[in-house]
Amino acid sequence: MKISVTVNGTPYQRDVEPRTLLVYFLREALGLTGTHVGCDTSSCGVCVVVLDGDRAVKSCTMFAAMADGHEITTVEGLVQGGKLHPLQQAFWDCHGLQCGYCTPGMLMTSYALLKHQPNPDEPAIREALSGNLCRCTGYQNIVKAVQQAAAETSAPEPVAT
Amino acid sequence: MFPAPFEYHRATSIDETLALLAQYGGDARVLAGGQSLIPAMRFRLARPAVLVDINALHELSYLREEGGVLAIGAMTRDAALETSALITSKYPLLADTSALVADPVVRQSGTVVGSLCHNDPAGDWGVTALAGRAQIVIRGATGTRTVAIDDFLIDSFTTAVGEGELALEVRFPTPPPRTAGSYQKIERKVGDFATACAAARVTLDANGAIADAGIAIGAAGPHAIRVRDAELLLNGSKPTKDLIRAAADAARKLADPAADNRGSAEFKKDMAGVLVRRALVAALGRLGVEGLQ
Ligand SMILES: Cc1cc2nc3c(=O)[nH]c(=O)nc-3n(C[C@H](O)[C@H](O)[C@H](O)COP(=O)(O)OP(=O)(O)OC[C@H]3O[C@@H](n4cnc5c(N)ncnc54)[C@H](O)[C@@H]3O)c2cc1C
Ligand code: FES
Ligand code: FES
Repeated sequence: MKISVTVNGTPYQRDVEPRTLLVYFLREALGLTGTHVGCDTSSCGVCVVVLDGDRAVKSCTMFAAMADGHEITTVEGLVQGGKLHPLQQAFWDCHGLQCGYCTPGMLMTSYALLKHQPNPDEPAIREALSGNLCRCTGYQNIVKAVQQAAAETSAPEPVAT
Repeated sequence: MFPAPFEYHRATSIDETLALLAQYGGDARVLAGGQSLIPAMRFRLARPAVLVDINALHELSYLREEGGVLAIGAMTRDAALETSALITSKYPLLADTSALVADPVVRQSGTVVGSLCHNDPAGDWGVTALAGRAQIVIRGATGTRTVAIDDFLIDSFTTAVGEGELALEVRFPTPPPRTAGSYQKIERKVGDFATACAAARVTLDANGAIADAGIAIGAAGPHAIRVRDAELLLNGSKPTKDLIRAAADAARKLADPAADNRGSAEFKKDMAGVLVRRALVAALGRLGVEGLQ
């Protein structure tokens, strides 16, 4: 079947088998390998992408066909004009990653969280990320990074004096 | 593993959904959040030849309080309940449950009605639906019927939804004054199915006695089960420590869990009792009744 999907602002039309999972569509049909595959059984959260701007979904547990007509944001879509997204910069600053395997999923889950709750407190961040597994960091620095990004993106614009 | 091949149809209306389900009969399955169906297809536990995707039916995405019931549409996702002021203020049993199903990302896709239709023996919503006296509205080619949750849950992964039918919504009676509930679950980690779980709903009368109680447990049989003996004990009595322990004991006796790597049958049976006690204490605590620990 033919599907039309907008990924990171770019429209794509592709022929897919209905059983194609979104993560394999992104990685193999579009070459966007930033979205990782971990458990492949919807348990680890590394494959999370954002659907229609604010809904985090596990792309290993969604058919590409279900994304027909929708917008997807992947980790590749976070950089704007060559500048890291505040979440990416904060993961860098706070050492929110070690091997980096879980990072795309952490970033995209956090991205959706901040769309709904621009200024989440620490328990809210821990709760939102509780389905995303990380084998390296012990989570502490991931939580700090999301706090830093939230503080930055929810702060009012500085007023010129 | 990848799912076996299937034909994909995206329905754009309820009528079109019913027409597709009628056309393909037993070969077709409804696709809601996909959080149970897609894993089942990936493990080849399910091989439907046709999927009818209802995600575009925005008219089925609602939380509506009218005519003495809260109606939850078939495309209303768990996350919508978690963040609804109506639910968190007035339906604590549902708020508790919506925050404990699966993990926060799964809850942005999974639906309450889809979970009921899936009827996993360890699923959370069936337990809450039994304690909350829910009803499910089902539509087929011949019309619409309303089925009480007790008659809806037939066997593991089997419900009253027949071939060619679509569940439209689940209805929870609006709680009368002095009513509260609580949902309790033991899980090994976030996103795990329950090792044991329990729901309690109580209404107090003017004298502080229990006018009406709903008690149910999960992961303790082929599907969620209502603990009628506990309800009978509670109804008409003043809440005391002993009464709550007796109700919990009724749940422990009724629980018939299977041993697995979440725990032995004996442990899970005990936990069914413990969680009924905790759910009752928490529900009554929400009504200002303290000292029942
Ligand atoms: C990692 C993970 C952890 C989970 N943990 C839990 C947990 O702890 N507790 C728990 O209860 N659940 C858990 N689940 C299951 C999750 O809650 C599912 O979302 C839910 O059970 C099914 O809802 P759905 O909308 O995704 O349904 P789908 O997967 O789309 O459908 C499930 C079944 O119901 C049928 N169906 C769906 N909607 C309708 C309808 N309107 N009419 C007729 N038939 C319909 C489908 O045909 C299918 O057979 C977990 C899932 C995952 C992936
Ligand atoms: S790969 Fe999708 S949740 Fe693990
Ligand atoms: S940084 Fe290695 S898994 Fe998270």
